Amino acid sequence: MPEIRLSKLTKRYGAVEVLHGIDLEMAANEFTVLVGPSGCGKSTTLRMIAGLETVSEGEIFIGGNPVSHLDPKDRGLAMVFQDYALYPHMDVAHNISFALRLQRRPKAEIEAKVREVADVVGLTEFLHRKPGALSGGQRQRVAMARALAKDSDIFLFDEPLSNLDAKLRGQMRAELAIMQQRVRKNMIYVTHDQVEAMTLADRIVVMHGGHIQQQGTPEALFKQPANRFVAGFLGSPPMNFLEAELVSENDRLFARGDGFSVAVPAGRSRSLKRTSGGVTLGIRPSDLNFEKDARDDEAIDLRVIVSEYVGAQSVLLCACGNGSVTVELKSETPIALGETLRFAIRAEGIHLFDRESTAAL
Amino acid sequence: MCGPLPPDNHRSGKPVTAQTFNRMTPYLFLAPAAITMAIALLYPLGYMVYGSFRDWDPSQNISETDFVGLKNYITLFFDPAFRESLSVTLIFAFTVVVAEMVIGVGLALLLDRNIRGISVLRTLFILPMMIAPVVVGLMWRYMYHPTVGTFNKTLKSLGFDGVDWLGQHALLSVIIADIWQWTPFILILALAALQSLPASAIEAARIDGATAWQQIWHIKLPLMMPVLVVTALLRLIDAFKVLEVILVMTEGGPGLSTEIVALRISRTATEFRELGTAAAMSNYLLILLLILTLAMFAIGRLQDARTARLARQVQEEEG
Ligand SMILES: Nc1ncnc2c1ncn2[C@@H]1O[C@H](COP(=O)(O)OP(=O)(O)O)[C@@H](O)[C@H]1O
Ligand SMILES: [Mg+2]
Repeated sequence: MPEIRLSKLTKRYGAVEVLHGIDLEMAANEFTVLVGPSGCGKSTTLRMIAGLETVSEGEIFIGGNPVSHLDPKDRGLAMVFQDYALYPHMDVAHNISFALRLQRRPKAEIEAKVREVADVVGLTEFLHRKPGALSGGQRQRVAMARALAKDSDIFLFDEPLSNLDAKLRGQMRAELAIMQQRVRKNMIYVTHDQVEAMTLADRIVVMHGGHIQQQGTPEALFKQPANRFVAGFLGSPPMNFLEAELVSENDRLFARGDGFSVAVPAGRSRSLKRTSGGVTLGIRPSDLNFEKDARDDEAIDLRVIVSEYVGAQSVLLCACGNGSVTVELKSETPIALGETLRFAIRAEGIHLFDRESTAAL
Repeated sequence: MCGPLPPDNHRSGKPVTAQTFNRMTPYLFLAPAAITMAIALLYPLGYMVYGSFRDWDPSQNISETDFVGLKNYITLFFDPAFRESLSVTLIFAFTVVVAEMVIGVGLALLLDRNIRGISVLRTLFILPMMIAPVVVGLMWRYMYHPTVGTFNKTLKSLGFDGVDWLGQHALLSVIIADIWQWTPFILILALAALQSLPASAIEAARIDGATAWQQIWHIKLPLMMPVLVVTALLRLIDAFKVLEVILVMTEGGPGLSTEIVALRISRTATEFRELGTAAAMSNYLLILLLILTLAMFAIGRLQDARTARLARQVQEEEG
């Protein structure tokens, strides 16, 4: 249950620095998700917390105590690996009870614990199978059960669902969400899948290139991305970006680009007055509504190129000047390919980023 | 469904012989090698088996010899000298294999880490295996020499008495030399086995609280076991056939104390001029080795069958 704090955590492999001074605080019993594209240093961060990688610089505090010099076994944590890391020569029961057997707990206690966690993850029938005789989903559950059996305060997950097929992944994600409600523990979960991050996290930490880009609740990150990277990374289909200039006219601020001129909401224009030059206008596909009577300065005209039917929703690929824009809307909306249509932009859906620094304005 | 099918007339147009020919091609190419192998292997083997049933002096042509049935085998079975050499061989083989396994696997566990210079160390450890056996024999005979040998000189300079290496302790001395030469073989295979172990399973064990010893005992050794069993059997087969090193070091002496079966065979053939008995002796050794080899293959087959069965089981449940 302790809180975990990373202070200026740095990792170098030889001369190459892959983590550049990570500062992060995770409150007690929080479910933290480290998310970012492949190679951004999520696993490295997690493995340093676990003690599987040495710390090049900085410190890790668990419950206020520095732990970077401790062995993994002395940090009181459990971990679920991407490839499950089961012990191939032990059956499920022995896999689950390995840690307890090392601690020389009483036999009866071990058996009870194995039965309990096997029941939680639905493995009771398979206790005497070796991992080789289990399907991917079952192996995943064994890995989960093995972590649960340890009764650790801290759970680490390194992309635990990425080796499962899409359907099973969705199912396991839901089960994880339920488990998270039941087992209030510190959980740190690494994934490159933003859907997993959004559905599971109390707090999302978006990483890119060995730096933390932004952290906060899923909602905060979705609504107020700190920079263009975070904005583009979270949300599916991803946010549209259009190059624009900020222009002042009649005391109102417009983001003007190739084929559009959108008014910046009054509440935000004051702080933007001082900004000059190029910006990037970001609009999520779901913040565009088909509305042919919308006012000029609150809408954008798009020519529909492709319509992708995905059930209740359709995703339209449209052209706007030289740029392209995706729009998400209800499938029953009558749309013909090649038509130019007007889409209203929700006022909260206008995001502006500095073109140079990519920071949100 | 891979690739376009050939046009149909291609198949029906040409006679069956083309297909048969295609299927036979690999065997045709293999045939010369197979025939050479068969002759080079089976002819001497058959000759030996045939000779083992005859009373055969080297001066005789084999066609002039008398058929004696199983006499050679029976005589050998009750021959104390042969029994002695058989027991020397067994003691030698099992002792060296056990010692080499323990030391080799132990060294592998020590050397299986990423420290600078470790690859140099690994190469150094492997050197003894690359020296010709005769040279190894000569080297150790020199080192064991009672007065000018390395060991006794060192012992004496330290104020101890010299040891009668190749006399009183001859068997132990040859065993030590063999361990020195062949432990690297185990080391290489054990290192390879260690490096192919699933890294994450060992990391999981570290997180589960296993100490270095517990990781070795509960994870590494069990996972290496299939490779280790085969390695040990290979080594055992080889140890039964050892000849040169012992020949050079002790010539089987003093007395019969280091006379392994291979040496006994060569003495029976050359010194005692009993080719039939020597052949029978070779066959006893051959049978022993055959059993070991079959055991090795059987273990391999069993492992394959087990993985296949497990895979099938999973597939059935999913399908
Ligand atoms: N053992 C290693 N040696 C050198 N570079 C490594 C090693 N492990 C990881 N890296 C590098 O560190 C970076 C971060 O890796 P990682 O933490 O695994 O990324 P991910 O976010 O995909 O989990 C990558 O660029 C990777 O190439
Ligand atoms: Mg990773």
